[in-house]
Amino acid sequence: MLSPTLPAENPALAVQDSSRYVVVFEDVSIAFEGRVVLDGVSFRLARGETKALFGIAGAGKSTVLKLTLGLIKPDNGHIHVIGDDVTQMSEEELFDLRRKIGMVFQESALFDSLTVRENVAFRLLEEGDISEEEVERRVREALSFVELEHTVDMFPSELSGGMRRRVAIARAIIAQPEILLYDSPTGGLDPVTSTTIIELIVKQRDVYKTSSLLVSHRLQDAFTMATHYFDRQANQMRPLPPGAHGEVSMTFLVLRDGKVIFDGDAHELAHSKDEYIREYIS
Amino acid sequence: MELISPAEFAKEKVQAVQDYSLLAGRSISGFFRQPRYMADAVQQADLIGVGSLPIVVLTGFFTGAVLALQTSNTLQRFGSLSLIGQLVSTSMVRELGPVLTSLMVAGRNASGMASELGSMVVTEQIDAMRALGTDPMKKLVTPRVLATVFMLFFLTIISDLVGLAGGSMVARILLGLDTRQYWSNAWETLVFEDVFMGLVKPVLFGFIIATVGCYYGLSARGGTQGVGRATTQAVVAASVLILVVDFFVTRLLMMFLSYR
Repeated sequence: MLSPTLPAENPALAVQDSSRYVVVFEDVSIAFEGRVVLDGVSFRLARGETKALFGIAGAGKSTVLKLTLGLIKPDNGHIHVIGDDVTQMSEEELFDLRRKIGMVFQESALFDSLTVRENVAFRLLEEGDISEEEVERRVREALSFVELEHTVDMFPSELSGGMRRRVAIARAIIAQPEILLYDSPTGGLDPVTSTTIIELIVKQRDVYKTSSLLVSHRLQDAFTMATHYFDRQANQMRPLPPGAHGEVSMTFLVLRDGKVIFDGDAHELAHSKDEYIREYIS
Repeated sequence: MELISPAEFAKEKVQAVQDYSLLAGRSISGFFRQPRYMADAVQQADLIGVGSLPIVVLTGFFTGAVLALQTSNTLQRFGSLSLIGQLVSTSMVRELGPVLTSLMVAGRNASGMASELGSMVVTEQIDAMRALGTDPMKKLVTPRVLATVFMLFFLTIISDLVGLAGGSMVARILLGLDTRQYWSNAWETLVFEDVFMGLVKPVLFGFIIATVGCYYGLSARGGTQGVGRATTQAVVAASVLILVVDFFVTRLLMMFLSYR
């Protein structure tokens, strides 16, 4: 299924839709040193939706996340995030917008000279108007969400790869952002740890229902997310009954040669006739 | 080695100068805008100032001592050995104190800043900081610039004083001169212009050290090898820039202060 045509010439519509869509890409293109990475990419992320982005290495998946945050600017097109066009904003204006977005980086990107507590509390400490007791309470809460309360005084170098990824999730969710961006959260991890991370993402999705963009090259991770839900009573991820849909909408977007070649749900993806996609999911 | 066209080379250099100027400008403007990271500035002042004290003291002492030793021969020929305090004093305060202290601090701290910030760039910590809504210029660059300027000013004063003490020891022990005569000679020869010139320089050099160190750190690309390259380039660029700026500032101050 091809990406739906978006009203690229009508940014006002995207702004009006900001209550429905938290991220809108309109005909976005970007090239690095003459190599086109994204070529006219358009898609929308609805409020509360989780969208998984796929593509081979170098397809521009991480670039989509960096563009969403305004860390880099596109050569063409517009990107609306919570109603603001990030392509038209100054770095100073973007800092305010970024406070509403949480991001989990590919290699965690924890500050190695700070403890886990200081890493997780970073955003709250920067805001400066929150009491120490409140900061401590929220740090403990975020760390208990990722089940790493005992690491609070440790440094990132003392943690395993999976633990660092979980601390990065705690740092991203502490300020209860409106959008969460995950950049290959299971990349380089063993299958057991990957499942733990996916379970945490499903928990975050089903408990807080935060709109999320998830970049991955592991299709099984996204299928697990689409076919499971988080059981709060049992405090664990469980498979959905056959044919049932989860509470939160989960969609897939596939990038190839800088273009969107698929944007739809798990059922549509599984039944896609596109040869490339069939090969990708096989 | 990949060949690069002269136009491309010139473009790269102009771009680098533009990026450096922007960073230098934003490091200053960051000080006048909220939030101000005073705790980070104090921490950096401790690292840069207190941490550099031993090498600055050693450099200053032996520079003053060797200056007295080297010039004693010439002064003796003219029968003016008693002027050694005057010579060590003006040389240290106007030139050698600020320049050598700055070169020492550049070697120690411009490299430290470049490697620290460079490592943060290649491990995406700078992007993470921006993603968390914090301006790395304000959080990382401005405190380093402020701390280096402030601490280099005082380190230079210490270096001047220790240099004079080094000269005094040589004058007393090796040349047999009277210590009181040396110090009164050294003290009385100094005028406002000497002290002013000697204290303006560390402010400028401190700014150069911190901005060059941060610029090369934040421009680091290409993993650990890139960080290593940035570190070396930072020390070389800061040292050369200090010596070049020293010449022009000296000339400029001599003109404005109607120097003797």
